[in-house]
Amino acid sequence: MADLLSSRNLRRWLPWALIVLVALVLPVVLPPFRLNLLGRFLSLGIVALGVDLIWGYTGMLSLGQGIFFALGGYALAMYLQLNELKPGELPEFFSLYGVKSLPAFWQPFNSPLFTLVAIWVIPAVVAGLLGYLVFRNRIKGVYFSILTQAALLVFFNFFNGQQKLINGTNGLKTSTARIFGELIGSDAMQRNLFWLTVVITVAAFLLCRWLTHGRFGDALIAIRDDEPRLRFTGYNPTAYKTVVFAVAGALAGISGALYTVQSGIVSPQYMAVPFSIEMVIWVAVGGRGTLIGALLGAVLINYAKSLVSEALPETWLFIQGGLFLLVVLVLPDGLVGWWRQGGPGRLIAMVGWPPRTATYPALDLDPQVVAEQDQLERSGGGQG
Amino acid sequence: MNLLELQGVTVSFDGFLALNDLNLQLAPGELRAVIGPNGAGKTTFLDVITGKVKPTRGDVVFRGRSIVGRSEHHISRLGIGRKFQTPRVYQNLSPRRNLELAVRGPHGPAALLFGSLSSEQRDRVQHLLSVVGLERQAQQPAGGLSHGQKQWLEIAMLVAQDPELLLVDEPVAGLTDEETARTADLLKQLAGDHTVLVIEHDMEFIRDLQAPVTVLHEGHVLCEGSMDQVQNDPRVIEVYLGSETQEDAA
Amino acid sequence: MDLLYDTLFNGLAIGSVLVLAALGLAVVFGLMGVINMAHGELMMLGAYTTFVVQNIFKAVLPEALFPIYILVALPLAFVVSGLAGLLLEKTVIRRLYGRPLETLLATWGVSLILQQFVRSVSSAFAIGLVVAVVAGILVPRFTPKVWWQQRWTPLLGTGSWIVTGLVGVVIASVLGEQRVFDQPWFSARNIDVTAPVWLRGSIDVGVVNMPAARLFIIALTVVALLLVNWFLQKSVWGMRIRAVTQNRTMSDCLGIPTEKVDALTFLIGSGLAGVAGVAVTLLGSVGPNLGGNYIVDCFMVVVLGGVGKLAGTVLAALGIGILSYVVGSGSLLLVWPAMPEGLNAVITFFATTSMAKVLVFALIVVFLQIRPAGLFPQKGRMVEA
Repeated sequence: MADLLSSRNLRRWLPWALIVLVALVLPVVLPPFRLNLLGRFLSLGIVALGVDLIWGYTGMLSLGQGIFFALGGYALAMYLQLNELKPGELPEFFSLYGVKSLPAFWQPFNSPLFTLVAIWVIPAVVAGLLGYLVFRNRIKGVYFSILTQAALLVFFNFFNGQQKLINGTNGLKTSTARIFGELIGSDAMQRNLFWLTVVITVAAFLLCRWLTHGRFGDALIAIRDDEPRLRFTGYNPTAYKTVVFAVAGALAGISGALYTVQSGIVSPQYMAVPFSIEMVIWVAVGGRGTLIGALLGAVLINYAKSLVSEALPETWLFIQGGLFLLVVLVLPDGLVGWWRQGGPGRLIAMVGWPPRTATYPALDLDPQVVAEQDQLERSGGGQG
Repeated sequence: MNLLELQGVTVSFDGFLALNDLNLQLAPGELRAVIGPNGAGKTTFLDVITGKVKPTRGDVVFRGRSIVGRSEHHISRLGIGRKFQTPRVYQNLSPRRNLELAVRGPHGPAALLFGSLSSEQRDRVQHLLSVVGLERQAQQPAGGLSHGQKQWLEIAMLVAQDPELLLVDEPVAGLTDEETARTADLLKQLAGDHTVLVIEHDMEFIRDLQAPVTVLHEGHVLCEGSMDQVQNDPRVIEVYLGSETQEDAA
Repeated sequence: MDLLYDTLFNGLAIGSVLVLAALGLAVVFGLMGVINMAHGELMMLGAYTTFVVQNIFKAVLPEALFPIYILVALPLAFVVSGLAGLLLEKTVIRRLYGRPLETLLATWGVSLILQQFVRSVSSAFAIGLVVAVVAGILVPRFTPKVWWQQRWTPLLGTGSWIVTGLVGVVIASVLGEQRVFDQPWFSARNIDVTAPVWLRGSIDVGVVNMPAARLFIIALTVVALLLVNWFLQKSVWGMRIRAVTQNRTMSDCLGIPTEKVDALTFLIGSGLAGVAGVAVTLLGSVGPNLGGNYIVDCFMVVVLGGVGKLAGTVLAALGIGILSYVVGSGSLLLVWPAMPEGLNAVITFFATTSMAKVLVFALIVVFLQIRPAGLFPQKGRMVEA
């Protein structure tokens, strides 16, 4: 038992225990409304993972992830609007604008298979294309950030303005649509969607882990730290950045689709400027450059937001603004970074207790000893 | 045939001529030292070869083909490696990972994602770590290394790349005498199999290399020859010490 | 042809506001490499200053003086926004030097706070805020000195700010019980500024009918540009600013007080935002979200115009402003009725304000494919050192 609690083992079984807890226990314990909220926040965690990939690891601050998020949401919502319509019938809102026949780009969304692919491929392609055009001209840093923001505004304007194509400002409702004969907004359906979200979140996490733990991940970090240097070593950063931006776009699309069906609507509001910047702050608060931090940040901040907005709506912007300042000025590595750098120990030391060490402090702190221990752990893990 | 040839290369920044009609030939396997006072255009000279700066006029020919207009990574893949003036290693990666990124092999995203290092590449990394004496620090972030260690790590990265032509910008700045001597040995060892071009201010070091010397001045080749010849050339003395000496001499 | 001139004139007026708005942003970006996301909110402060000045003139001063309120509002808006910017520079941006992306996020946080502040501020709120800040600053002075040299001092510091903050909240909510104090000063609604009579009419020049307000904005922009240009080119501090923009380290070594230069530049850039805010009130009603409507356009100006050259900023701003207006207002169709069918369809598709932005952005991306560094790129070894 004592062995189970050692920090090494804790790190191995704790995540799985948490997943089981979230997937099996919470649906029983939480009321449907809260469970649905948690499901939404978890899906936002997926877009945060993408933000972490491009910002935390690769150093590109995108303020336009809302584009890809909304594209994924729209793709799924369009399918749901068409699903279980009688032949020749059109989604209701079209009649408001006197549209008589389905616009051509809606046609493929009759197919569930196409939709499942489109949810992540369309955002990935849009992101890849936009990214390629920007990266190949070596536009980076704040220039990249404000270009992504401008792109976001453009998509926002476009979707807002096109009533006849996509119902403009009103967006597309999904809660009243049906799938497998069941209403999407029903409690049972929402519980299934929650489980689906948990599974996809874990899968997205593992994907990001695979991407970042290896030479590919090293190359991303190298781009973040010294991109020109990497060029002179024979790497083409444009290719890497395009790939990782497309992956982040795909993740955002999946996230948007899951979020849409759990909140019941997709609208151009998903492409509002503030929402996309919020995504960055989730990652920043959780801890950029750490995947778990991105997930944690997304869930925590959104939970806090829903609590505050229920109680004192007008204070949320103050709190959020304060969070931006706090995390940038005081906690640049976020909560997870603070934890890993011994933040809690320092905090305790401030009130009097010296940090506890298992052996000789000098040994615990010696980077070489730590590295060796790490290596042993890894080789042990490989065999087991 | 020459491995590298610069033909009348001129680089102009808003009218300022950083390089002015520069001509230079490097034979395969040669070890060459380039010196010149500050502002002679030494760094721009490397920038032109590695594709960072496009020449305003003139041509750069590598293995018989012009490389003007190609991007940096392309030129690097053709076999031109570069070490920077101030050591540039990836601070947040360990020396081992630094070397694993640099080691010769395919460098595309797919290769890095789906492929793994061959045992040969692994051995190479391990070997280089021991050559530069960083085995003990192989797992720590490279940001924590001393200046000398970073210099050596960067040289190791350059060697790991295994380029045909090595461009080495001030490799011994900030190194101890012993380290400097070892660096000279290493570069001499590399020459022969590789072609090496060294830019350095440290004259003792250049003498140690026993290599032909090219003197740059105001973006132009002032003279070429052995260290002794160059040191006694009145034009070189003039640009290094100013015209006063000339008056004294005269 | 009248219509063409009219369209161009209105486009020029819109573009002028953008010049004013982007000018400060571009100067600051050129000098410090930071993008100030709260720039739009500094404009908003300028607009609200105009509103307050107008109300004071209406309520307190004799009616005869009302026409000149806008001339009073201009310098005052400059000062208010400038000081707000200075505070921002001293408290936040200075600490983030060399980390432009973090600066961007932090200033976004500030912009959120400013927006909500304008919506929420009431007498009770203001009193609570002042009490909290003053108390927070005074706590170290009225507590034993030794407390501030302990291991736990950081906790004490944080704690004291939390406590004084809570005290402020309590005071505000107690005062908020009184109607007089609870009344929000501006609320979330839009505010309207009444232009003085001399700015309401229009002037006919030849065939073109020029609304006086827009003419005033254009004149204001020209004056501001001339002043900024004179300041940067001729004054001692302007020379220092240019020196630091070109090479910060070298300027530092030559004894130029770079910190003061940064602060001064930020003050001027922010002040210009305030002036732009005054101009915006003449175009229509304004609200707490004012900043958001302009900020992205301003960023595009910076991207397109490059840094370090006023001409780049002016050209880019006028280009974006005029093009957006001409396309968005749909006047092209009226000016050139005999347009070919296909082109007509395209222009009609983009003939709304928001769709015009789509077109302009697409054009900017295409332009950047040809000239990635903007209209006037910098050259030399310093680039991407």
